[in-house]
Amino acid sequence: MNIVACIKQVPDTSEVKIDRETNTLIREGVPSIINPFDLNAIEEGLLLKERFGGSVTVISMGPPQVESALREALSLGVDRVVLLCDRAFAGSDTLATSCTLAAAIREIGFDLILCGKQAIDGDTAQVGPEIAEWLDVPHLTYISAVEEVSDRSITVSRLLEGGYERVRASLPALLTVVKELNEPRLPGYRASLRAKTEPVTTWGAAGLNLDPANIGMKGSPTKVTRSFVPELGRQGQFLAGSPEEQAAALIAALRSARIVHGSAKES
Amino acid sequence: MKLYSDRCAGCEACVNACPYNAVTMQGGLPVFSDACNLCGACVEACPSEAIERPGNGGPAVEASPHRGIWIFGETKDGQPTRVVLELLAVGRRLAEKTGQDLGVVLAGDRLGTMPQNLIAFGADRVFLVEHPDLAVFRDEPYTAVLAAAIKQYRPSILLFGATTTGRSLAPRLAARLRTGLTADCTALDIDPESGNLLQTRPAFGGNIMATIMCPVNRPQMATMRPGVQKPATRDGGRTGEVIRLETGPSLLLARTEVLGFINRNEEMVNLEEASVIVSGGRGLGCAENFSLVRELAALLGGVVGASRAAVEEGWLPYAHQVGQTGKTVSPRLYIACGISGAVQHLAGMQGSDIIVAINRNPDAPIFKVASYGMVGDVVQILKSLIEQL
Ligand SMILES: Cc1cc2nc3c(=O)[nH]c(=O)nc-3n(C[C@H](O)[C@H](O)[C@H](O)COP(=O)(O)OP(=O)(O)OC[C@H]3O[C@@H](n4cnc5c(N)ncnc54)[C@H](O)[C@@H]3O)c2cc1C
Ligand SMILES: Nc1ncnc2c1ncn2[C@@H]1O[C@H](COP(=O)(O)O)[C@@H](O)[C@H]1O
Repeated sequence: MNIVACIKQVPDTSEVKIDRETNTLIREGVPSIINPFDLNAIEEGLLLKERFGGSVTVISMGPPQVESALREALSLGVDRVVLLCDRAFAGSDTLATSCTLAAAIREIGFDLILCGKQAIDGDTAQVGPEIAEWLDVPHLTYISAVEEVSDRSITVSRLLEGGYERVRASLPALLTVVKELNEPRLPGYRASLRAKTEPVTTWGAAGLNLDPANIGMKGSPTKVTRSFVPELGRQGQFLAGSPEEQAAALIAALRSARIVHGSAKES
Repeated sequence: MKLYSDRCAGCEACVNACPYNAVTMQGGLPVFSDACNLCGACVEACPSEAIERPGNGGPAVEASPHRGIWIFGETKDGQPTRVVLELLAVGRRLAEKTGQDLGVVLAGDRLGTMPQNLIAFGADRVFLVEHPDLAVFRDEPYTAVLAAAIKQYRPSILLFGATTTGRSLAPRLAARLRTGLTADCTALDIDPESGNLLQTRPAFGGNIMATIMCPVNRPQMATMRPGVQKPATRDGGRTGEVIRLETGPSLLLARTEVLGFINRNEEMVNLEEASVIVSGGRGLGCAENFSLVRELAALLGGVVGASRAAVEEGWLPYAHQVGQTGKTVSPRLYIACGISGAVQHLAGMQGSDIIVAINRNPDAPIFKVASYGMVGDVVQILKSLIEQL
């Protein structure tokens, strides 16, 4: 089974800076990690390869420094990594990103594509299903377990609001995965050595069969018009006194807001 | 300028708006003279959106414009989901602002009186597709059915709830329609200048908010986070139109098959619909102290929530987590017990009507959003509250 896992290098969300001129995020200078859900995608790819043979290719679109994320993927034991890097990809929204990734995945060839549920920088969760549409394969989101795999189909559980849905999809297909799916492994010794020296295949726009109108800023229908720091604050009051006094004051307030009913308890 | 004469009401607003005196009325319709410099003042002034600026170097203006605000009518157990009612309230406001109709596109099987019900909750038109193959949601046939309806009726805006269904279907559909999609919005409005949809959403774990537009492509698509807006109220006297849409084998093709559903509702508390939530954080100190939170919640007729720290300690399952990566809630009363108020937690509960914060540190950020602050030991305060209720 030939598997392609899509990973995104994301800034650690606790450290954020914004370029006030362009209203876009400054990605330089913030520590970068592999999007946590994408580690689950890599892990599942490796588990499936161990059971059914085949290969795991990890692919990422981004600036040159994404190479470090791809080397980390190599240290986990994947067969091959591909970096999609080109100025022409800059400013891509999810539609342009998915179009670009889909072109490269078509080039690589696949039976199964694995994506994270969402990337923690944007939290959009759109790139996976959009890739599936560009490639005209079925997709299933929020996968928490892979139950059965045959030559032609895959049976999985999806984690939804009120429970788990069991679904079968014909292959080739695309899955987006949640944390519950597996426990990502740590880097292996030999793989880590290899990761240091292995070449990282890099593809630009030219080698891929892409319409320039569909990629980068031009291929991105959405525009960020404003970024701002959320405002907090409401006119609140501190309740005074001992715990008992504060409790009494709160209950009185909730009573007048008609959230607590009935009269005060005798004490 | 381009005139859609079928929409023009002959009101002459454009004549009065034109700074160049380039518009005159002839036979009840405006005519644009050579003095027109395409400034667009008439476009803004026209109450019936009958005038458009000709293609100004950007992508070609479509022959017939997109109009109408549509909501995807997600259903569960034969009912519209709660977020559909929230979207109807938001959609109604957008419809009034832009003078457009509010439509719901509803797919499923044997939906009975649901179309009428959606009209009572604010829809002007319900686009209905019924077929046994649509009884259970699947991405492919739903994408095809919606894409066909959109090609035929050309809505300008299309909104989904940011549920697992909405967030699976909307991106596939957006890619098929080659249009933009904004995920998990917390506010939707209309830009007074361009008339475009302003889609505001948190990014970077709630640290910043971004407002996004889709200026050229149509429809403008967004998913909206459940629980942020108040649901529409029912008015049985409202009237509207139900339009049945055709379906066929090519639209119903699917390469996935749903085998079953394992209900975990008991474990997955319904925080979104609770009117009282008592939440606990790391400040409770241990799992045992959570029983006080449960007891207070029970006395107030509410349910129990938790911060991520409390979930990570293993004191409560993930289903109880409130915040950026948990649930977004907007109860009438939210009591935060031993929760510091990190921005990611606030992102999930700021919309609550009354917020009570219990924390021993008077500088804890949670107090910035609190209606009532209680400084002291959380265990003592909880015991006092339970005793006095
Ligand atoms: C990408 C990302 C997503 C996240 N998503 C979420 C999310 O969805 N939900 C969420 O909640 N968090 C989320 N977090 C984590 C968040 O940043 C905080 O770490 C978390 O909310 C802290 O939980 P807490 O307030 O319970 O714990 P703490 O921050 O440890 O706060 C404990 C509080 O209890 C008080 N306290 C201690 N002892 C007592 C006592 N005896 N009596 C009274 N008060 C006491 C302390 O003063 C302190 O204010 C996310 C973080 C990231 C980076
Ligand atoms: N630039 C990218 N390169 C590779 N994969 C990506 C990229 N962006 C998103 N993905 C994949 O799509 C998933 C969802 O991302 P998003 O839609 O940005 O939330 C991620 O978990 C990745 O698997």
